[in-house]
Amino acid sequence: MTNGPSGPTESRGTKRRHGLWERVLLLGPGFAYLLVLFIIPLGLIVSLAFFQRGRFGGVIYDATLANFQRALEPVYVSVFIDSVVIAGITTGLALLIGFPTAWVIANLPRRWRVVALILVVLPFWTNFLIRTYAWIVLLNSEGIVNGALRGVGIIDEPLGLLYTDGAVVAGLLYAYLPLMILPLYSSIERLDPELREAAANLGATPVRTFITVTLPLTLPGVLIGSIFVFVPSIGNFIIPELLGGGKTVMVGNLIRDQFLKARDWPFGAVLAIAVIVVLLGLLVLQSYLSRRTEAGADA
Amino acid sequence: MKSQISPSRSLTAVVLSGALVVASGAMITAQDAEPDLSGQSLVISNWADYMPEDLPQRFEEATGVQVTVANHATNEEIVAKLTAGGDSGIDVAFVSGQFAQALGEFGVLAELDHEQIPNMTNLYPEATELAYDPGNTVSAPYAWGTTGLCYRSDLIDAPTSWNDLLQPADDVSGKTTMLATERWLMLPAQKALGFSVNTTDADEMQQVKDLLTATKDTLLTYDDTTFYSRLVSGEAVLVEAWDGWCNYGIAEDPNIKFVVPEEGSDLWTDTMVVLDSSANKEAAHAFINFILDPEVHTWVVDNILYKVPNQAAMEAVDPSLVESFPNLGITPEELFEGEELVDLGEAAPMYTQIATEIAAQ
Repeated sequence: MTNGPSGPTESRGTKRRHGLWERVLLLGPGFAYLLVLFIIPLGLIVSLAFFQRGRFGGVIYDATLANFQRALEPVYVSVFIDSVVIAGITTGLALLIGFPTAWVIANLPRRWRVVALILVVLPFWTNFLIRTYAWIVLLNSEGIVNGALRGVGIIDEPLGLLYTDGAVVAGLLYAYLPLMILPLYSSIERLDPELREAAANLGATPVRTFITVTLPLTLPGVLIGSIFVFVPSIGNFIIPELLGGGKTVMVGNLIRDQFLKARDWPFGAVLAIAVIVVLLGLLVLQSYLSRRTEAGADA
Repeated sequence: MKSQISPSRSLTAVVLSGALVVASGAMITAQDAEPDLSGQSLVISNWADYMPEDLPQRFEEATGVQVTVANHATNEEIVAKLTAGGDSGIDVAFVSGQFAQALGEFGVLAELDHEQIPNMTNLYPEATELAYDPGNTVSAPYAWGTTGLCYRSDLIDAPTSWNDLLQPADDVSGKTTMLATERWLMLPAQKALGFSVNTTDADEMQQVKDLLTATKDTLLTYDDTTFYSRLVSGEAVLVEAWDGWCNYGIAEDPNIKFVVPEEGSDLWTDTMVVLDSSANKEAAHAFINFILDPEVHTWVVDNILYKVPNQAAMEAVDPSLVESFPNLGITPEELFEGEELVDLGEAAPMYTQIATEIAAQ
């Protein structure tokens, strides 16, 4: 073995060296991109949090923990909690609406599936702001929904639909529902119908089959879809601003205000770090749950 | 005969005499008051639609200076750009007086050379002694006015007090808006409680904060830019508004009226400032002089429906315009019953923090 014609020891050595170069070349650009455009800016933001705002909005480089203390005040904590609640409700509703939709699409004849998926994605081809403004036209007190309800005679005075938390949830749900449907569809499509048949043969009711067989198998898709809806929802500031009227404040609005209006970059950095920590926690949770389910499925 | 002067010496002679001619030519032109504007260009930052659309073009035709117009939505936005360090690329910026004062103290503004702005003499005497910049050393006033209540006179009774907005009656509640930028957000509460609009007292501001927090639930929304169209559509019936901006609503619906509440209000001034980093200061001064020309400034009034501190211009405004838009007829004496807004100095971050906390409630 050691004295074969191609000299295995030498070729193993050369293979290793080639392997290393290949790895550097293939990973290098991606890693450089992450370093320059993600890790370094993230480091800058984290370090900003320890300094103070100057009188005109610049940064005074006196280290302090005052910004972290300020972020823990009840006013800001409640904004944070409200944001988590609104994003959570949006995600829950997206699941409730998205799962049946994805199920139906997955069970359509092949040719209609593509059409259905295109219809789901079609709103993304329109500008995000225009879609949000469409909600303003729909919901405002002189708008289409109120006009229709008054025209039919169901109500006399217009309903205060716009500039409420509900309007914000509706806007977020509409914007991110396709991001829930697509991963769910992908998960459901991969289900083996024989598993459900087997469960039925063993005496499980449809409900029990759903809970113990279907749901765990589609859990990766559920989790990914949930992350795709929750993450943009919690950080969003355009929809709370336009549909919430400046009265529904989410953590995204606060951060935007600190950087652009109040020009208090250090405090904005602290709020941003808080959001990142929450999201990291969610991703860790999602990854853990996903691995457990996949392990179970392979077993 | 061969010339006694060598070629190099004759060349020197030609060059020297040519230089003499050019120098004397330059001296002659220097004796003209006209600075040489060729080769200068201007970048101006202003609020959108806050000057007539053809104004940059008219200036270009008059002076040959290329003008680029940038927009900013709020004072805070342009101040952030101008104080970010380095050259912002902007030569002339339109900012409210108290921000011109702050920028001046920050050190980014050029001192105005009044010799290059002879049209300054057209200003009202009161407009040369404004509290934020007495003598107009770093800023030139462009437009001024006051803040008050803009309302649908056919839908509600005429309001008389800031409390009609801050603690609205049941039929008005939910159909009101307030301005969101911090100085004008605080103003109604400060006046309703009898405080100065420039107060830095922490206790007074705490009371202001409590009042505004209670008001927040009664508001339809905060709105700096589209409040007049909400009045026109009926979505809102009573809004806090700058007087000139209310005129845009009046133009669409004559039922809309403007009133200054009995507790009093402010006197705000929007000014033009020249950046010290500008390489085109002569063109900038020429631009300011151009605006302060009575004919141009009257055209500004006709176009943006705001009052200007230019006496010659205001006297030339068509009386029928003042009839349609009564607040154009507010005299300087009446304006000065309002309290002038000035920069708050070290206390400015306090206002910002309070505004953030009101927003977060």
